[in-house]
Amino acid sequence: MKRTPLYDTHRSLGARMIEFGGWEMPVQYQGGILAEHQAVRTRAGLFDLSHMGEVEVTGPGALEVCQELLVTDIARMRLWQAQYSVLCYPSGGIVDDIIVYRMAEDHYFFCVNAANIDKDFDWMLSHNHGRAEVRNRSDEYVLVALQGPLAQMILQRLTALDLSQVRRYWSAVGEVAGVSALVARTGYTGEDGFELFVPAHQGTEVWNACLDAGRNGGMVPVGLGARDTLRLEAGYLLYGNDIDAQTTPLEAGLQRLVRFDKDMFLGREALLQQQASGVSKQLIGIKMDEPGIPRHGYPLGRDGNTIGHVTSGTQSPTLGAGIALGYVPPDSAAIGTILTVEIRSRQARARVVDRPFYHKG
Amino acid sequence: MEFPKELRYSREHEWVAVEENIATIGITDYAQDQLGDIVYVELPEVGAQVTKDEAFGVVESVKAVSDIYAPVSGTVTEVNVGLPDSPETINEDPYGDAWMIRVEMSDPDELEDLMKATEYKKFVEEEKEEE
Repeated sequence: MKRTPLYDTHRSLGARMIEFGGWEMPVQYQGGILAEHQAVRTRAGLFDLSHMGEVEVTGPGALEVCQELLVTDIARMRLWQAQYSVLCYPSGGIVDDIIVYRMAEDHYFFCVNAANIDKDFDWMLSHNHGRAEVRNRSDEYVLVALQGPLAQMILQRLTALDLSQVRRYWSAVGEVAGVSALVARTGYTGEDGFELFVPAHQGTEVWNACLDAGRNGGMVPVGLGARDTLRLEAGYLLYGNDIDAQTTPLEAGLQRLVRFDKDMFLGREALLQQQASGVSKQLIGIKMDEPGIPRHGYPLGRDGNTIGHVTSGTQSPTLGAGIALGYVPPDSAAIGTILTVEIRSRQARARVVDRPFYHKG
Repeated sequence: MEFPKELRYSREHEWVAVEENIATIGITDYAQDQLGDIVYVELPEVGAQVTKDEAFGVVESVKAVSDIYAPVSGTVTEVNVGLPDSPETINEDPYGDAWMIRVEMSDPDELEDLMKATEYKKFVEEEKEEE
């Protein structure tokens, strides 16, 4: 199993480690998942996301290559803007969901899922056809996320960048705790926050500086356990659970990303066809009406028939109820539809609700 | 981590307190620590039969679902009915307020298979080392 440069730091903070996407990562620290979740919702939390990958596309052909790889239109991005996007197979199935940063006219920086690094890099290379330089720079970065309502206040103590000028889904380059960083106002928690890409060998320095700067604000380190409950409440998808090669962006509720007005991108024909014929399954949000925790793989039913499955679920710490994402046929996807979740052969009542489950207060 | 002397322990990390023919059952301090924040618990009803080494209930932490196994066989005579409304009690007071069920034992000899506190403590330390 791979370890991030912060592994020893996590152990010394009392982290409990689990396997995730081939990496040995903290699932929780001493306070526990619920306390970490609550800290991010009310104060701030610090995450090590160094398992995630970074792939760079540069050179005169970079824009053209990226336009073909992504369903979004990155020609519309301004410099330093960030965009959530997906890479699709010709079938319309999803290779990965990513964030792309436009660092220069001919320089695009992809942040990709940990378990997909090699797959994405190979996919990007195989569609490059010598037009750009595609480099896997995953081992060169430590990625630290500082999330929560106090994130800006805490990070501002460590940088001369005026963070109030960095808007959501924008980025800037500057020093954080004396270390050169790409500072992005992005996140996966439903709260305000930043993600810092810093050189791997200086990652521990930045992590410790952030933790020190946030200590009297009540910031705590946060593991993957709370990262999952936070992202689910915020309605964010997890590749491998909620989306994969067998789901398309149209099925996953990501149609807003797909720019059919672009000339060509991988998956365009299949997605156009699916748009015309209609999808046969659709991602929904579910909230339990009864006690019980919906989890990955549990069957979803309506009127006694199994109509789909849960792809991600948890007990929402904020709502105090079970919440889940899953797929059902479109005629069962309307908000308010009553469904059942099969939990250990019991049919527990649930309903289709709007996403996100949680809006920051 | 606590290992009260007066209790008996199973290899599945349940504890038993015995008074005459009644066994009070819960999960151990080590079990709750391993599970993390417990957010859901499902218990049987009074009158249900439980069988040694078979699941009688379920606890769920944020991350995982775990069966609770009966350390002895018998009939459930009492259930901690308040526990499902405050599952965090299992983390806070596993040997006290978070008792789960009381069972009238059908075969008290089964108690012989359970560990004493010192044996269980050693068992847990070995399990930890394997991690």
